Amino acid sequence: MCKSVAENDSQNSQLILDAIAALKDQPGALLPILHKIQNSLNFVPETAIPLIAKALNLSNADVHGVVSFYHHFRHTKPGVHVIQICRAESCQSMGAKALEQHARQILEIDYHQTTDDGQFTLEPVYCLGNCACSPSVRVADEIYSDMNTQKFDELLKNLHSRSTKVEAL
Amino acid sequence: MSIKVYVPRDTTANARGANEVALMIEQTAYQKDVDINVVRTSSRGLYWLEPLIEVDTEKGRVAFGPVSAADVNSLFEQQFYAGQEEHELCQGLTEEIPFLKNQQRLTFARAGITEPLSLDDYTAHDGFKGLQNALKISSQQIVDQIKNSGLRGRGGAAFPTGIKWQTVLDAPAEQKYIVCNADEGDSGTFSDRMILEGDPFVLIEGMCIAGLAVGATQGYIYIRSEYPLANEVFAQAIELAQNAGYLGNNLCGSDKTFHLQLRMGAGAYICGEETSLLESLEGKRGMVRVKPPLPAIEGLFGQPTVVNNVISLASVPIIMHQGADAYEHYGLGRSRGTLPLQLTGNIKQAGLVELAFGSTLRELLDTFGLATRTGNKMRAVQVGGPLGAYLPESLWELPLDYEAFAQAGAVLGHGGIVVFDDTINMTEMARYAMEFCAIESCGKCTPCRIGSTRGVELIDKIIDPLQLSQREAHLQLLDDLCDTLEDGSLCAMGGMTPFPVRSAMKYFAQDMEKFND
Ligand SMILES: Cc1cc2nc3c(=O)[nH]c(=O)nc-3n(C[C@H](O)[C@H](O)[C@H](O)COP(=O)(O)O)c2cc1C
Ligand code: SF4
Repeated sequence: MCKSVAENDSQNSQLILDAIAALKDQPGALLPILHKIQNSLNFVPETAIPLIAKALNLSNADVHGVVSFYHHFRHTKPGVHVIQICRAESCQSMGAKALEQHARQILEIDYHQTTDDGQFTLEPVYCLGNCACSPSVRVADEIYSDMNTQKFDELLKNLHSRSTKVEAL
Repeated sequence: MSIKVYVPRDTTANARGANEVALMIEQTAYQKDVDINVVRTSSRGLYWLEPLIEVDTEKGRVAFGPVSAADVNSLFEQQFYAGQEEHELCQGLTEEIPFLKNQQRLTFARAGITEPLSLDDYTAHDGFKGLQNALKISSQQIVDQIKNSGLRGRGGAAFPTGIKWQTVLDAPAEQKYIVCNADEGDSGTFSDRMILEGDPFVLIEGMCIAGLAVGATQGYIYIRSEYPLANEVFAQAIELAQNAGYLGNNLCGSDKTFHLQLRMGAGAYICGEETSLLESLEGKRGMVRVKPPLPAIEGLFGQPTVVNNVISLASVPIIMHQGADAYEHYGLGRSRGTLPLQLTGNIKQAGLVELAFGSTLRELLDTFGLATRTGNKMRAVQVGGPLGAYLPESLWELPLDYEAFAQAGAVLGHGGIVVFDDTINMTEMARYAMEFCAIESCGKCTPCRIGSTRGVELIDKIIDPLQLSQREAHLQLLDDLCDTLEDGSLCAMGGMTPFPVRSAMKYFAQDMEKFND
């Protein structure tokens, strides 16, 4: 059963308030707070901004400016699986361009977009420190090495079956 | 006594299946009733052989790799755990593998040998000896040792570490800080990650010594968010060190204090630049600051701050343990000690190569890397990250030395080496360098913020077959734009983007033609 939007929203704001309360007294607390929120929700909702601003005695624009500066923070809810493809030089030397083209084609989305079924979000990333075994892809905290189009398709299949299993529970 | 089998726990080893291999070994040992204890070490840095598993024998550790879960059964059948070397994946004694044997491992002395989070293992392998020595002498004496070692910053700018520390020591302040730059954003680098995941206590020890040297009681480490395992392992290492008295008040029973906190980056390459990093730690946008004031005078929260790279700080314990002379003994000219190079990209034997300064790039490529992974001809090598020049074969005789590289219009940077084969189009790489600058610019300077986008557009025009007649004019404009970037940028992001652009366009000019049909 899906939870109602209102229920989700109030859950989120409790989570956001908890993150703020736990971290706001640290020096330079803003990034740790944003990380904690994104860790739980997979993005930083617009509603978090005034709450953080108030707690840290900043303007909404200040907080918004920080959130938008860093590529890591998302402004909208991503798909179930966020797939990050490394675009940096080492991965390019081993065919990352063909890989990203394939990923876009097969998922029918561009970077920063989510598939219609809400399963996959595609993001670029610039180096995962796995350059000895390029090309690299990251999903959640897993890094995948020596990627090619075939392995990418297998990965998609595995991720897909993982989420359908969860739904079936 | 159970037999120890070592399986690395490291981002790349895991990406290649080390976790599955470890599990399979445990299961098979149980089924076959062999008493095996799987020890998760870190990687030796011989990445093309990962997962590389090792077993103790009387002669030393014997290696098998690259092992997949599917190989485990046959390994058992051939009794690999008894040190039998018949299996086709056997590489013989690990220490005798030429790729490893021909290195000078100082900073990475423990890589792949110890259990990263075992304090017992760390102390049994010379851990905390440098700190013990540092606790016995004055701040000035520590700084002098670092100066005498000749250590220069391994983060890219190669500034003498001892001189930086002296500035902070001499700056009077209530509160000073040690900041470790673990933002390692350069493509083709992972040496910081290997320390964070594989030998975290050496970095904690180095930061403690830095604190003692300059009188700083608080440290921060800024680890990039692209390194989930490094963040996890290092957070655990901090906790363990704290509980054992290697961090906090009364450091090792002395009256000294050093606290350390981990902060995670958020996917901005520019936050590797030290002042941008400080802004980020303060909870702001990572806008680069105008220097002066230097961070050593007015750094984090306006206080005197040492900002050092992971490798710089991780090299401090061995200097304090074995003495400045022992370290300074390695190297060439003003480049002293060792540099952990990272062989990456399209290269057969990719991995970490810690060498004394002075070998040539070609030696590194030929004797360590061997050939490309694809089997094609090696064509271009980018050294020093995305702001480093692309070097054609005619420049591979360059010795690995900061000054020699600078003279050739190149940089050693953080020691990243990305190899490309002859299928690469270097004009596209020039375009990418401009694109990367546009994506990662902090936005403070117009040439960097806007010029980089103009650069992408210009290269698009240069390769447009319909604008062939104007190519010369466009190339001239690109050259002027590079001048503007070099002259009008506050930091090396804008200031050095012309390095890869110009070198790619100059040494590989024929690649422009490939777009004609
Ligand atoms: C765009 C840019 C990115 C940088 N990225 C890093 C980095 O990821 N890690 C690092 O240690 N230094 C980086 N640096 C260099 C730092 O500004 C600084 O010189 C270094 O952290 C000082 O430490 P060291 O003296 O130990 O090298 C970067 C510099 C620039 C201009
Ligand atoms: S050169 Fe670019 S990254 Fe550096 S300060 Fe200027 S705008 Fe920021």
